[in-house]
Amino acid sequence: MPTRDEILDKVRDTLVDALGVDEDEVTPQARLSADLGAESIDFLDIVFRLEKSFNTKIPRGELFPENFSAADATLVANGKVTEKGIEELRTRMPHADVDSFAKDPKVENIPELFTVNMIVNFLEKKLAS
Amino acid sequence: MRWIWIDRFIEFERGSHAKAIKNITLAEEHLHDHFPGFPIMPGSLMLEGMAQTGGILLGDVHNFEHVVILAKVPKIEFHSWATPGDTLTYSAKLIEARAEGGMVECTAKVGDRLVAEAEIVFAHVDPASTGAAQIDQKSFVFTSRLLTVLDVGKAGSGGH
Repeated sequence: MPTRDEILDKVRDTLVDALGVDEDEVTPQARLSADLGAESIDFLDIVFRLEKSFNTKIPRGELFPENFSAADATLVANGKVTEKGIEELRTRMPHADVDSFAKDPKVENIPELFTVNMIVNFLEKKLAS
Repeated sequence: MRWIWIDRFIEFERGSHAKAIKNITLAEEHLHDHFPGFPIMPGSLMLEGMAQTGGILLGDVHNFEHVVILAKVPKIEFHSWATPGDTLTYSAKLIEARAEGGMVECTAKVGDRLVAEAEIVFAHVDPASTGAAQIDQKSFVFTSRLLTVLDVGKAGSGGH
């Protein structure tokens, strides 16, 4: 069972390879899209690399949920994630910092949940189980 | 137009790896401009050849039920070049093949000389996810139609 620091190191290597960023840019707080320039297809590439690097399986939508608002119209209203939507996010993304997001739950802020720390949280839990 | 940048498969192991060859010839118009007096196979077309070799490998795993598109080239390195008269051998190894897409690692060699190596990520575009009612498979490259390349060689060597 690797330590949290060891997981972070491997996640950093993965993101350097997948996104072509410098090591020092990959801080725990860095957001994949806004700070590291990740685009939609990069998320698929990141999942492939994490699976290989950690020798684990990451089913579709488990790390990066897809089409969040399309699945159920009651999760979003007026460009904001509803109470029900916040609960859904907590269920689907226990590895993400939903509390911070809930302070300003605009739909366009959903990508802010995808941080380096979120990936480390996810893997820590996954590798422990 | 037939956008086929491999001539023949020499190995095809379903779900694992494939090898295809590409013979370069001065009959290819573009080589006279790339470059005048120094004809070399453009790197972009070598990438296409590697993508076709790997794209068929991925499409085949799912019986060509998905439309496979080249989505990302996380890595490509050119170590050398290839000229008319050379036979390029493209080797593709399937690293990932899932419902959303896949990934291959490829090399291009002339004999034992490494010319290029690449990682290529493919995505599946399905009608449901794009909102398009129907996707015209004919507009895409990595389909079962490209498998006609696998028929090359069935004609035999031409010998008796």
